[in-house]
Amino acid sequence: MAEQLRDSKRHARKLLEVRNLSTAFFTREGVVHAVDNVSFELDYGETLGLVGESGCGKSVTALSLTRLVADPPGRITSGEIILDGIDVLKLSHEEMRLLRGKKIGFIFQDPMTSLNPTLPIGFQIAESARAHMGLSRKAAEDRAAELLSKVGIPRSRERLGDYPHQFSGGMRQRVMIAIALACDPMLLLADEPTTALDVTIQAQILELIRSLSSEFETAVILITHDLGIAAGMCDRINVMYAGRIVETGKVDDIFEAPKMPYAWGLLDSLPRLDEVKGTRLRTIEGLPPDLIDPGAECRFSPRCKYVRDRCRVEEPELSARGEEGHLARCWGTEPGGWIQ
Amino acid sequence: MTASVPEGQNLVEVERLKVHFPILSGIFQTESGRVRAVDDISFEIRKGETLGLVGESGCGKSTTGRAVIRLRNPTDGIVRFGGQDLMSLKRDDLRKMRRRMQIIFQDPYSSLNPRMTVGSIISEPLETHGLAKGAARLDRVRELLALVGLNPGYTNRYPHEFSGGQRQRIGIARALAVEPEFIVCDEPISALDVSIQAQVLNLLVELREKFGLTYLFIAHDLSVVRHISDRVGVMYLGKLVELGPPDAIYNAPAHPYTRALLSAVPIPDPKAERRRKRVILTGDVPSPANPPSGCRFHTRCWLYERLGRPEQCATDDPELRNVAADHRAACHFAEEALKSDVGVVSHDADTIRRGTPDSALSGLTPGAGGALN
Repeated sequence: MAEQLRDSKRHARKLLEVRNLSTAFFTREGVVHAVDNVSFELDYGETLGLVGESGCGKSVTALSLTRLVADPPGRITSGEIILDGIDVLKLSHEEMRLLRGKKIGFIFQDPMTSLNPTLPIGFQIAESARAHMGLSRKAAEDRAAELLSKVGIPRSRERLGDYPHQFSGGMRQRVMIAIALACDPMLLLADEPTTALDVTIQAQILELIRSLSSEFETAVILITHDLGIAAGMCDRINVMYAGRIVETGKVDDIFEAPKMPYAWGLLDSLPRLDEVKGTRLRTIEGLPPDLIDPGAECRFSPRCKYVRDRCRVEEPELSARGEEGHLARCWGTEPGGWIQ
Repeated sequence: MTASVPEGQNLVEVERLKVHFPILSGIFQTESGRVRAVDDISFEIRKGETLGLVGESGCGKSTTGRAVIRLRNPTDGIVRFGGQDLMSLKRDDLRKMRRRMQIIFQDPYSSLNPRMTVGSIISEPLETHGLAKGAARLDRVRELLALVGLNPGYTNRYPHEFSGGQRQRIGIARALAVEPEFIVCDEPISALDVSIQAQVLNLLVELREKFGLTYLFIAHDLSVVRHISDRVGVMYLGKLVELGPPDAIYNAPAHPYTRALLSAVPIPDPKAERRRKRVILTGDVPSPANPPSGCRFHTRCWLYERLGRPEQCATDDPELRNVAADHRAACHFAEEALKSDVGVVSHDADTIRRGTPDSALSGLTPGAGGALN
């Protein structure tokens, strides 16, 4: 097992298989079902987007994959996560630590708070390389300098001794990427990696993630609320709503022929740069449901313009729509349904 | 006070506005430098129009917005509102003038006092300006709540009982309470989720039409600004670098920074994304405390590199000048920038808006829902 956690060989058909994953938070007000029965797969080297609005469960899904959900109040209540042939939920804490460094790298939204302000960045990059790759102090320092220059920080060796506050937001995010890639992981989890950044800096960081993930053949799970970023970066998309995946498919299918009224609503409500003339935006009325006691109905039904009685009593499963791998959770757009 | 301004005439005139912040250091707090947040900008806002102001953080757009209604005193320059110089106004006159201009803030969580009820938040400006009293005031508050799409019965609730989008509606109701002509919208939808953004944006458009409002709409999102604006100004490091109607700014930008900015905006269309020509700016925005000489953008400018680093860019600060009718840009080589195709998104069959398919829309009758069963 330890061997398999450390090496870089492929051990399975798919990099990641998530089956019926549920994560709940046990709060005073009740049990919040943040991620509810979510299943998906990821190929080696593939980029998958998790999109949706705040509270839809996209970040909790990513945290669950690495078992970083704060416990208490959170807990993975059921399901299976198989990463490169390893059953993640059965690992001991020690094994989990190995796995996080070696197979999975992270980039979080806020580069301000995810770096340790009291340690030089060179140390923070070398730390995981020393722990997980068994490099000597000198070799780890070389590795850190190499990574820093890879992520586009000039005079990288001189800057190893600098502290996070000496870097700008974009530069800090580059440092985060260097740390994430230090052990050459198979999977990079990027949770809103550019949300705190300006648009020109965002373009730099996205380009960096794109080029490094293809150079290192790293698979990426990109969590974003920005459909534009998802369109430009991802091979496949999972649209999430209220703790569920409501639509999944190849990026072109999702954007060209979405099959779920929620996905339509999201696309409709975006003002677009390439719009010829600004018209009134079609909006999704109302607010997402409370996840404490979601009920048996389709979770989008209270906001759906196409809702019928069936939607209010029975939630549909994800089912196939035309193109390969394109699934949607909607009675109305099923073959023979009332929305065509 | 001053007579109202006819439609299309200048409501706000900004001339050579500068807002500098001193950097104080040492035990005597002596000024050791200045952050040139806004540095010599001029523009006008016409009655009834929405002027969008875009730029990245630290470019001075919010400071400009505040200086325009004198929430922040300028270091230098003139701001005229309805022909009247705001800087020359005494306190009482300024307060009277403020009835005509209001502001909506970015963060609906920190811009509403958590200890005040929604009713008292909205009626406070009425009280300040002595507009409605007693029962009439409560009626007015209810009317304002209904106007922004909230339940008029919510007057006794507190801000924490509302979602982000609803709080922003409360902020809008507060701004509308005094029946202003002009509202500075400072990133009014940036803190909201996509579907809620569209709701608030639609509300702002409705209110503009209903009351003939003039907006200064400040945002970092270029798509949103395009959607709502009649004219758009682009700021970089304290300077206004381009100003013009959306068609000019988005289809034929004359400043290399505008082109770089546009090319950085992701478009929710995978095919269009794959086809786009991007320039990715290198480096970070320089510090406004120590801006580059000459044109402030030259240190990151792709056109400067392409043209073989002309000396002029590093020495002379370009003035905002006309490059076409109603289209101004501050670049020595605006004509060269205009010739390039960098950053512009083409419109064709492949980049039409997708979302709800037409076939589904046509099957939808108003109020349909379960009735179709």
